[in-house]
Amino acid sequence: MPPSTQPMQTTLGSPQASSITFFVLIVMVTLAITYWAAKRTKSAKEFYAAGRSVSAVQNGLALAGDYMSAASFLGIAGMVSLKGYDGMIYATGWLVGWPALMFLIAEPLRNLGKFTFADVVAFRLRQGPVRIAAAVGGILTVLFYTIAQMVGSGALIKLMFGIKYEYAEIMVGIIMLAYVLFGGMVATTWVQIIKAVLLLIGVSFLTLLVLGRFGFSPSNLYGAVASQYGQTALEPGGLVKNPLDAISLGLALMFGLLGLPHILMRFYTVPDAKAARKSVLYATGLIGYFYIIIPIVGFGSAALVGRKMITGIDKGGNMAAPLVAELLGGTPFLGFIAAVAFATILAVVAGLTLAGSSAYSHDIYVSIIKKGHATEEEQMKTAKAATVVFGLAAVILGISFKGQNVAFMVGLAFSIAASANFPALLMSVLWKRFTTGGAVASILTGAFLSIGMIVVSPTVWVDVFHNAAPIIGLKNPCIVSMSAAFAVGIIVSLLTPDTRAQEMFEAEKLRTYLGVGAE
Amino acid sequence: MANATSPLVKGKSSADKTVHEVINSHDFKMLVAKRWSVSMVLLAALFITYYGFILLIAENREWMSQKIGETTTLAIPLGVAVIVIAFVLTAIYVAWANASYDPEVERLKGQLKQ
Repeated sequence: MPPSTQPMQTTLGSPQASSITFFVLIVMVTLAITYWAAKRTKSAKEFYAAGRSVSAVQNGLALAGDYMSAASFLGIAGMVSLKGYDGMIYATGWLVGWPALMFLIAEPLRNLGKFTFADVVAFRLRQGPVRIAAAVGGILTVLFYTIAQMVGSGALIKLMFGIKYEYAEIMVGIIMLAYVLFGGMVATTWVQIIKAVLLLIGVSFLTLLVLGRFGFSPSNLYGAVASQYGQTALEPGGLVKNPLDAISLGLALMFGLLGLPHILMRFYTVPDAKAARKSVLYATGLIGYFYIIIPIVGFGSAALVGRKMITGIDKGGNMAAPLVAELLGGTPFLGFIAAVAFATILAVVAGLTLAGSSAYSHDIYVSIIKKGHATEEEQMKTAKAATVVFGLAAVILGISFKGQNVAFMVGLAFSIAASANFPALLMSVLWKRFTTGGAVASILTGAFLSIGMIVVSPTVWVDVFHNAAPIIGLKNPCIVSMSAAFAVGIIVSLLTPDTRAQEMFEAEKLRTYLGVGAE
Repeated sequence: MANATSPLVKGKSSADKTVHEVINSHDFKMLVAKRWSVSMVLLAALFITYYGFILLIAENREWMSQKIGETTTLAIPLGVAVIVIAFVLTAIYVAWANASYDPEVERLKGQLKQ
């Protein structure tokens, strides 16, 4: 079916009864769950870790919900619809971190920590400096990730519902704060589970509708794409021109996952390392399935809606999936997809806010200011205050970055996570001679080298600041900044031997491998 | 059995070893070595799969663009394969850990002095 004979009519951008109904329904259900969760959220352990009562299946779904953002849903479908095969290359990169997370971090993290990844790094090192450095790495990661999410979501909500950008930001802020503030991790987990289930059902149904138009044969779909946009749409294009750039971005995507505070924190919600392990497998399966079917939606949109129509609504192609949903399933299905996209945004921002809040209240306030001796009441009060501050910051930053090119911030967040958080985490688990100085130097090197290098790279220096040429040619700094963080961590540790930390390694190993003493 | 292989714990019956003795036992060291060699082999497989895919695209675009159907390019099933293999590697780790890591952990924990 060639698309362009008659331009399709779309209701996108004006609030429809169906999208509002689905949206109100989702918000009401999630707020009811929050009300129920609030009664079960009285201690810090419940607020940050859902009382460690989340099952492996639930956590697998929640991890998937935390990770599959609106950017990956709408963005990858859009990229495939406009650029063809390159969108598929991009999609694979988002999955390959999950096996690495399993092999290197998931179980030790669960056994050694309490609420944050800094618990693991600081296990046998000096609490003060390590916690501050880890909080810096954690908060920077969460901050850049949040800005990218908030700016993206404001624009998406405006496109889908026609709500003013600023109102969209405030709405996201208020609903998300209600979840986190009253329901803590219990409510956030359920919001993520519901969102993951709705998203997977919605996209699966959309995939079936698309394939149904092509006799359930992907090769017929590819044929339709090739006949309209040429065979090049099915071939690798310009995305992977420079292997070094591609590998550096690949490293950031793969190991960045192992340093994302909002993902790592989810492992403390399950009872033990075995459940943590199983939950990664479930998450990998769900996310893998999602990234396999999303390109079909993208190709389907290109073939049925047409690139001209897609770029007419949004130049970046973000509306490719909603448009093909409307074409094949009518306005009610568009309403469902739009409401699910909104729920996706809420769930991801809620997870980020909880992670940002814990980095301050658990790592700085409880561990350093109170030296580990805060009452439950003090902990909860600080946690909630930090949540409000972080939520307000998200809204204010979202509004102040309106219309700015913030696409680089996701890459930057992953690069900081891979360079600042991941090396220190891995070395603290594996290396007996790792020291406080080594950890602090490694984290700070990774964080600030990532930021510094990305500012002078083509991604920011040319694309954002509009200079003619970049100072360094590498688009994502990870290959340099992550290597440097490991090197600096090793060198500084060797220069500042710490016999106490070495003596404590036995106790750490007992807990890492046998789970003895794990919380 | 750990009692027979580790000089440190010779002569002791189970359920009375100190943390130090268990951590330094041959069996514990084997467990840790095995855990990381399984991880490293699987991680290497992941690296070969993913970075191999990226490098093939960067270095041998024509080969990736060859048609395997009327229009379908080889690159399409290979992209899907990367995701499937990543999942299979994860599943292999879980199967290994459930079948051999967990029972050994329980056995070593049983040797610890209460």
